[in-house]
Amino acid sequence: MSSITMNPSANPADAPIAFYDLDEHDHPDGGSTMLGFWIYLMSDCLIFAILFACYGVLGGNYAAGPSPRDLFDLPLVALNTSMLLFSSITYGFAMLAMAKGRTRDTLVWLAITGLFGAAFLGIELYEFAHLIHEGATPQRSAFLSAFFTLVGTHGLHVTFGIVWLVTLMIQVGRKGLIPANQRRLMCLSLFWHFLDVIWIGVFTFVYLMGMLR
Amino acid sequence: MPPHPVTELSPIFGRLSLASLPLHEPILIATFAAVAVGGAALLGALTYFRVWGYLWKEWFTSVDHKKIGIMYMILGLVMFLRGFADAIMMRLQQAMAFGGSEGYLNAHHYDQVFTAHGVIMIFFVAMPLVTGIMNYVVPLQIGARDVSFPFLNNFSFWMTTSGAVLVMVSLFIGEFARTGWLAYPPLSGIGYSPEVGVDYYIWGLQVAGVGTTLSGINLIATIVKLRAPGMSMMKLPVFTWTSLCTNVLIVASFPVLTAVLALLSLDRYVGTNFFTNDFGGSPMMYVNLIWIWGHPEVYILILPLFGVFSEVTSTFSDKRLFGYTSMVYATLVITILSYVVWLHHFFTMGSGASVNSFFGITTMVISIPTGAKLFNWLFTMYRGRIRFEPPMMWTIAFMLTFTVGGMTGVLLAVPPADFVLHNSLFLIAHFHNVIIGGVLFGLFAAINYWWPKAFGFKLDEFWGKVSFWFWVVGFWFAFMPLYILGLMGVTRRMRVFDDPSLQIWFVIAAFGAVLIAAGIGAMLVQFYVSFRKRDQLRDVTGDPWGGRTLEWATSSPPPEYNFAFTPVVHDLDAWYDMKRRNAARPLEGFRPIHMPRGTGTGVILAGLSTAFGFAMVWYIWWLAAISFVGILVVAIGHTFNYKRDFHIPAETVAATEAERTRALAATGA
Repeated sequence: MSSITMNPSANPADAPIAFYDLDEHDHPDGGSTMLGFWIYLMSDCLIFAILFACYGVLGGNYAAGPSPRDLFDLPLVALNTSMLLFSSITYGFAMLAMAKGRTRDTLVWLAITGLFGAAFLGIELYEFAHLIHEGATPQRSAFLSAFFTLVGTHGLHVTFGIVWLVTLMIQVGRKGLIPANQRRLMCLSLFWHFLDVIWIGVFTFVYLMGMLR
Repeated sequence: MPPHPVTELSPIFGRLSLASLPLHEPILIATFAAVAVGGAALLGALTYFRVWGYLWKEWFTSVDHKKIGIMYMILGLVMFLRGFADAIMMRLQQAMAFGGSEGYLNAHHYDQVFTAHGVIMIFFVAMPLVTGIMNYVVPLQIGARDVSFPFLNNFSFWMTTSGAVLVMVSLFIGEFARTGWLAYPPLSGIGYSPEVGVDYYIWGLQVAGVGTTLSGINLIATIVKLRAPGMSMMKLPVFTWTSLCTNVLIVASFPVLTAVLALLSLDRYVGTNFFTNDFGGSPMMYVNLIWIWGHPEVYILILPLFGVFSEVTSTFSDKRLFGYTSMVYATLVITILSYVVWLHHFFTMGSGASVNSFFGITTMVISIPTGAKLFNWLFTMYRGRIRFEPPMMWTIAFMLTFTVGGMTGVLLAVPPADFVLHNSLFLIAHFHNVIIGGVLFGLFAAINYWWPKAFGFKLDEFWGKVSFWFWVVGFWFAFMPLYILGLMGVTRRMRVFDDPSLQIWFVIAAFGAVLIAAGIGAMLVQFYVSFRKRDQLRDVTGDPWGGRTLEWATSSPPPEYNFAFTPVVHDLDAWYDMKRRNAARPLEGFRPIHMPRGTGTGVILAGLSTAFGFAMVWYIWWLAAISFVGILVVAIGHTFNYKRDFHIPAETVAATEAERTRALAATGA
């Protein structure tokens, strides 16, 4: 943060100060995209922060209903978690393939990522269906409202991530790894790993610590 | 109104039926008739003069930040008339309803009016006007050609408009919330508010909130990434600095509003128990969360205007701003502190002495950086060559008015005092004192200041002064009585009163509201007269006030590309520096300029969002499903369009610049 002001008299007379950029070139497209997307992710992170806060405050209000210990099936959640973690690794491989310019490999890894994501969603939906079947519905207590909303919002994000992933696969298939598509893949990469980070929070605070309660 | 039992749902119209139309409210019928006639006349005129194609091509689908900024201003001003109509209805009701009189508004209607007034004034007047000014000015001040994400900018505007449309629709189809502007549960829960009012509130704000958040992200990226070469952060014009802080606040607080409203809708639609009284829900959670958004929100509104006052004071005192660095740091301190004061909105709601003291102290601490700013403006004026033109007059009115409002705020920040004054008219007087005296006066200063930049001619000074005096005097008449009433213990949101000795104060307040109405009228006349006299008021230099920042370096109105050559910045007051050192405007060597292309996707997405919101309000599930899928399809379809830019040919740039050269030569400037 230099606050040095240029003093006109300090300049040699034969080198007038430029007040306009006369030799301007087009700025490359999307120079702000990664920054903008990152800021968006932080705003999304705040939504999760609120949901976590609600879970933190309301998570003990069972209203004489079931508690985490009665409901959660840790081995299933562990399997679920591994699906999401694997999907992050495979997305990483897709990005490595992209960096090497290998369109086909990128697409294959993206497809595998999508499958892992879908498996995660499938297991989560199974878990939800099971809970609801047992009478542990979102309406049953504030704890369950907060639980379903936090986990469900994450699941919705993964769903949108998969829709986006399929869209990008079509676009990469059509246009190849052009800069615009590379940028989009980078954004989805951020989004995907971000969801992973959120899930680690969910797994820790909701499931693991819930079992300790 | 009886609650609509779920069994009555029609598969086609949901819970919408002829009974939903407020045919029993003569006031609303008359309003509807007036709106229908006026709207038909407007649409007829637009069709008659064949401007639809022009409007669609040059404005609605434009991604030019200047046009979007102007559209935001128009939205804000139109909604301001609606919000003010609500205000004057309340003042009239309260002045009348004494000695057994019920006034002219029934409780059902009156409760909607005060809710709508608050919601509209904050979300659909102050926000669009502030966003409009930032949109117009920030890219120009930093020497950029547009914002970072031009399409997103257009989309944000239309989403804000879509939210406003939903709120306006509630006037004639169904009803609006009767909960107060923050819709606290359990009152806003499905048990106590089973009708559509709260749903209109929720979806109006959710749709507009998408626009606000995206526009915040956009402007942060713009300020961080698109500054002209040489413009380091400590050479940013103050208005841009305050805009940056405001947009940081937007991005860091609007998601909270989105989340908390989503939870409230889950309670209402799905039957969850976040904010209910039973099954472990906690209404206090809502109150905390909504104010975690709500307090930063008031700084979102005021900070950009602090920037405006800084620009105006320095320009009209013909001096460099006093204490630029301290101004920047004061802004940053306010930005951070605005997050640790939210609890002062509910000191009386059982947090206990220690928590209350913490939040009382943080609240008082905010007055320190704010006070520093005020002294900076005063020292800027000190020994300056002050020109009392309308922007400067608004600025001085702000300094006096806002200081009073700030001091009553410090009074309210003292928890024991707040136990007496909470929810009283003293509070109402306080926040109108800072919002009108700060935000609104600042917007009027900004409109008078940047109007010539946007349209190429100044606003008429006589009518500007008429408006100014009516407004300022009207403000004091309208709100000082409320301080007195508040000290006497009168609470807010009352429809009728028993004690006849209070009436005189309400009559004085109503008189003040009439003066303000005259001020608004004078402002509309000012716009009209200035437009008629535009040739007399014309400014061809692009720099009518002796400005100091880069927006004055280009023509008025600026060409689509803003600057033919990007300026290089060497000093805080970049344009003043260029004038002082006789920087020559380049006259040749123009190059094609890369610009974003307009698109109708934003309008379509916002239209679908309006349909979605309306469908959700009325439980028209098929329409909700279709419009939601439509939003997805259109949004994804938009990403398949890779050609989003074009080049303005060098010849066009050369011709535009040559015309400016001729105009400048003709005036001898």
